[in-house]
Amino acid sequence: MRLENKVALITGGTSGIGEAAADLFAREGAKVAITGRNETRGHSVTARILETGGQAIFLRTDVRKAAECKRAVDEAMHSFGRLDILFNNAGVFYPQTALECSEEEWDLQIDINLKGTFLMSKYALHPMIAQGSGVIINNSSGWGLVGGDRAVAYCASKGGVVLLTKAMAVDHGRQGIRVNCICPGDVDTPMLPEDAKLRGLDWKTYLAGCENRPMGRIGTADEIAKAVLFLACDDSSFMTGAALVVDGGGTAD
Amino acid sequence: MAEKQPEGWPAADAMQLANKVAIVTGGASGIGRAAALLFAREGAAVALADLNAKAGQDVVSEIQDTGGRAFFESIDVSKAADCRSLVEHTLREFGKIDILFNNAGIIRRATILDLSEEDWDRVMAVNVKSMFLLSREVIPHMQKAGGGSIINTSSGWGLTGGAKAAVYCASKGAVVLLTKAMAVDHGPQNIRVNCICPGDTDTGMLRSEAQQLGEANDRFLAEAAKRPLGRVGTPDEIARAALYLAGDASSFVTGAALVVDGGGLAGSV
Repeated sequence: MRLENKVALITGGTSGIGEAAADLFAREGAKVAITGRNETRGHSVTARILETGGQAIFLRTDVRKAAECKRAVDEAMHSFGRLDILFNNAGVFYPQTALECSEEEWDLQIDINLKGTFLMSKYALHPMIAQGSGVIINNSSGWGLVGGDRAVAYCASKGGVVLLTKAMAVDHGRQGIRVNCICPGDVDTPMLPEDAKLRGLDWKTYLAGCENRPMGRIGTADEIAKAVLFLACDDSSFMTGAALVVDGGGTAD
Repeated sequence: MAEKQPEGWPAADAMQLANKVAIVTGGASGIGRAAALLFAREGAAVALADLNAKAGQDVVSEIQDTGGRAFFESIDVSKAADCRSLVEHTLREFGKIDILFNNAGIIRRATILDLSEEDWDRVMAVNVKSMFLLSREVIPHMQKAGGGSIINTSSGWGLTGGAKAAVYCASKGAVVLLTKAMAVDHGPQNIRVNCICPGDTDTGMLRSEAQQLGEANDRFLAEAAKRPLGRVGTPDEIARAALYLAGDASSFVTGAALVVDGGGLAGSV
């Protein structure tokens, strides 16, 4: 087990990549605190982990709000006594050009995807610095490295996550804290069919577009979770400030 | 696989490369040696290639002493015939090739004004052409087997320029884009191609750089440690990044350049 005796806090842990990471981390021995806004889904994830002998708690949290982020870190510390891993994964996406995106929709995407990463890290860093070690993994995107169609706020937020990652890596490396991000391509999560619907495309056409990459398929949430596991465990002990692209070759050409 | 594992080894069912066959070039020292030892420990049978026969044989003995499978072949990776021979030897010995770690590399620390044409050709041949020659031999066998993983050793200096390292930067930049081009070509056959971009790592090559530049070893190493994590890497840390790319944990990763540099490229401290 690669995360034995570790404590991990995962935002957006109630579905998709966050849920897969919660399951995988628990299997690898970590105690897991997940945050999300949907309590029913959150409790079903923690119940499944508890059933298989793991330890998990759900913390209802809106990562846009500083007080709620602080409380999530405090409650994870209170339940498990330490904090080794923070996976900033919560994210939202609306397919919009600059003309289509309202100010409210801009703020929502920037605040959840980017500001939420800042806020959670801000509070999680305190116990990590006190321990002298810690790992932060941020969920960026292939669209944090290259532009995508009708995705202005999402691209801006994810590009921001890549450079926030590097800046935090520079600031906190000497304190024993590693900060990296992952850049997934299209992955089999609820976000994908939702995007197809918002774009008014039928699922088959939309999926064919997503599969148009060197590996000829979309990723699974578990494949992305395994990249996060690699960055969370000691196998990546000399890595910080990196952007790990996990996209079936989507940004290779 | 039922036998008891040597102390400190992972349990057989937790091995990340169980039943895999890997070729590691530049396997006699540094990152290649660490990768050969790690891959064997994770269950792979390993074919080592290097110019240095004595050191290569020592790595094989070390692997065999702990119950692993390995052989060594002394080859020049910049020679097509040598690459073909290595691949044939590997297939004879182990029956297949799942992983190719193109790691052999050399460095010449000089501006282009101080660089001879011979040195240019040699660095490009060992650092880049070798990957073309060996991958060309290995890929048909991976295609037949339904997939495989190729890992190329680039460098942080394959992504950004460095002083007095013109041909090294040119060669490692070429590795990054050769990696992406091969990922595009062979992704449909389930062959993943990625590269690692290590920062300064505690190897013989690093110490040779101090010598080439005429700098004191201590001062050179202190300078190399100036990065967010405040130290140079160990060969094993780079090998573990290669392990991630070699095994099924990275099954959706191709065309990527994995930077393993203690934050060296993230920004200035």
